[in-house]
Amino acid sequence: MEKFNTLTGIAAPMPLINIDTDMIIPKQFLKTIKRSGLGVNLFDEMRYDDDRNEIPTFVLNQDAYRDAQIIIAGDNFGCGSSREHAPWAIADFGITCVIAPSFADIFHNNCFKNGILPIALPQEQIDVLMKDAEKGANARMTVDIEEQTVTTSDGEVFKFEVDAFKKHCLMQGLDDIGLTMEKAASIDTFEAAAQTQRPWV
Amino acid sequence: MSPKTLYDKIWDAHLAHEADDGTCLLYIDRHLVHEVTSPQAFEGLRMSGRKVRAPEKTIAVPDHNVPTTLDRADATTMTEDSRIQVNALDTNAKEFGIHYYPVSDVRQGIVHIVGPEQGWTLPGMTVVCGDSHTATHGAFGSLAHGIGTSEVEHVLATQTLIQKKSKNMKVEITGKLAPGVTAKDITMAVIGKTGTAGGTGFVIEYCGEAIHDLSMEGRMTVCNMAIEGGARAGLIAPDEKTFEYCMGRPHAPKGAQWEAALTWWKTLFSDEEAHWDEILVIKAEDIAPLVTWGTSPEDVLPITAMIPSADSFEGGKVDAAQRSLDYMGLTAGEPLSAVEIDTVFIGSCTNGRIEDLRAAAEILKGKKVKDGIRAMIVPGSGLVRAQAEEEGLADIFKDAGFEWRLAGCSMCLAMNPDQLAPGERCAATSNRNFEGRQGRGGRTHLMSPGMAAAAAITGKLTDVREMM
Repeated sequence: MEKFNTLTGIAAPMPLINIDTDMIIPKQFLKTIKRSGLGVNLFDEMRYDDDRNEIPTFVLNQDAYRDAQIIIAGDNFGCGSSREHAPWAIADFGITCVIAPSFADIFHNNCFKNGILPIALPQEQIDVLMKDAEKGANARMTVDIEEQTVTTSDGEVFKFEVDAFKKHCLMQGLDDIGLTMEKAASIDTFEAAAQTQRPWV
Repeated sequence: MSPKTLYDKIWDAHLAHEADDGTCLLYIDRHLVHEVTSPQAFEGLRMSGRKVRAPEKTIAVPDHNVPTTLDRADATTMTEDSRIQVNALDTNAKEFGIHYYPVSDVRQGIVHIVGPEQGWTLPGMTVVCGDSHTATHGAFGSLAHGIGTSEVEHVLATQTLIQKKSKNMKVEITGKLAPGVTAKDITMAVIGKTGTAGGTGFVIEYCGEAIHDLSMEGRMTVCNMAIEGGARAGLIAPDEKTFEYCMGRPHAPKGAQWEAALTWWKTLFSDEEAHWDEILVIKAEDIAPLVTWGTSPEDVLPITAMIPSADSFEGGKVDAAQRSLDYMGLTAGEPLSAVEIDTVFIGSCTNGRIEDLRAAAEILKGKKVKDGIRAMIVPGSGLVRAQAEEEGLADIFKDAGFEWRLAGCSMCLAMNPDQLAPGERCAATSNRNFEGRQGRGGRTHLMSPGMAAAAAITGKLTDVREMM
């Protein structure tokens, strides 16, 4: 996994609550056996019309936001299914940070496995960031994971919380499975005891 | 010992490792796998030379992509990309030596229906699957939730998940349900109260007289939609009904092991003095048959209500409600019961079990689907289908004009050919009414099986109580 460092980039404003995983990547694109290549279908049904032409009003189709690396969105981003295709599509598009008042649980977890930092901030701060993002390509935000801050193009700074372990893994680009394998002895011990206590499992 | 919730007890019994910062490794008892969210995980194992740590605890079944038409044995009924995914699951199941129910097996069906049916799901277990509706299995008092593909690979390789503990929420449904009101209405009523994010960060335990009175199948319907309220999992404490349901199932313990299991299962309840971070109480008698009007599962109203206007909401919901009304092609102020539909879908992991089919048959008996309505019933498993045929339900459906399908996820998420065309409106017993969920531009109204059956007869959203 790519290491997450300081990010300075364009933020796309998506002032909509409950952006669900079916919006992020509709089911017809789940029929892949790969993780890559989904960026072109990110937000597919909002992004293209029936003839596959771009819908000009959709934010990522506007020149200012084609190279966005950050999304600013409404409450409960990523609700719905467990499909990791959602963060795969987001990352493949080039977005590595989503900032919203809240996130759905599974999506939130999935982000960290794919080098994406989901940042939850209070609605008032989201309102400020949304306005900043609406300024377009010249307004670049900075996300500093080490310091846990988001800085607007005007220099306003917001502090955010992130789980220490997840932050560490994201910054180091660590593979969870490798880390857990280091604790194999604990798993072995647990499994042996559980086999005695609950042999029917 | 300090009092514990049911969630606390299951958590403690599965804690394999706890780091200083509170990051835990939770041991997983059952890992259910389907064809859509697993290929990349198996590929990851292959690339890193890893094995499945506990193949005997890993169960795979194809369900999302599979056609449900009677000719599906003919492989050409599947699109090429679907076939590749199903074939990949076939290959991975064989190569890694996990339990497998192929499309040709009568036990094949929706993974969340097959698990309990085969006795894989038992009280006190940890159950995961790369599917958000894994919450279903919480009906047995097992801690069950959906995971992403990276976590699928993590569980395959280590039989554990990296977790932080969630908070405890109690949802109590007091009193008795009125006639025509079902488990589906309970779970929709809860989401209507909490909103789709209200459960985020929580594990919900459902309790109270109305929950106690539900059958195991009804309890599965309730827990199934815990995820639509944002909760990590939904739980119901196991009781005599649970034990009776499990007894004799193919993979349930037998003999002395059954007795040992039962002894432990009987300790699985929340202690009287346990701490709850949040409590929600709903009176069962206040719940009416519900339908959704919008594009979020929180958009629920009694069938007797009027379509709401966007400005009756607050904050970000004003814009979201307007977007929903536009997408759904609805006019505020009109009665929900006047909304005409084109399609009826009865099935899914929410409502694809035998009792759901019985409830639909009860309404459909001797009646006909209204002209011009496309109606289908997709049983949740091959065994549910067989039982419905044995009970004569299939004949009722066919006589009424329903298509009687083979098992799969079908039009719940429309990954197979069962889809809505743009603008088509569906009365559905599934769990999500998101934009495009049942097909691009398709419009979904969620409801109980009885309500969906009633809608098939009248051709519009209908109060099932008028048909009883």
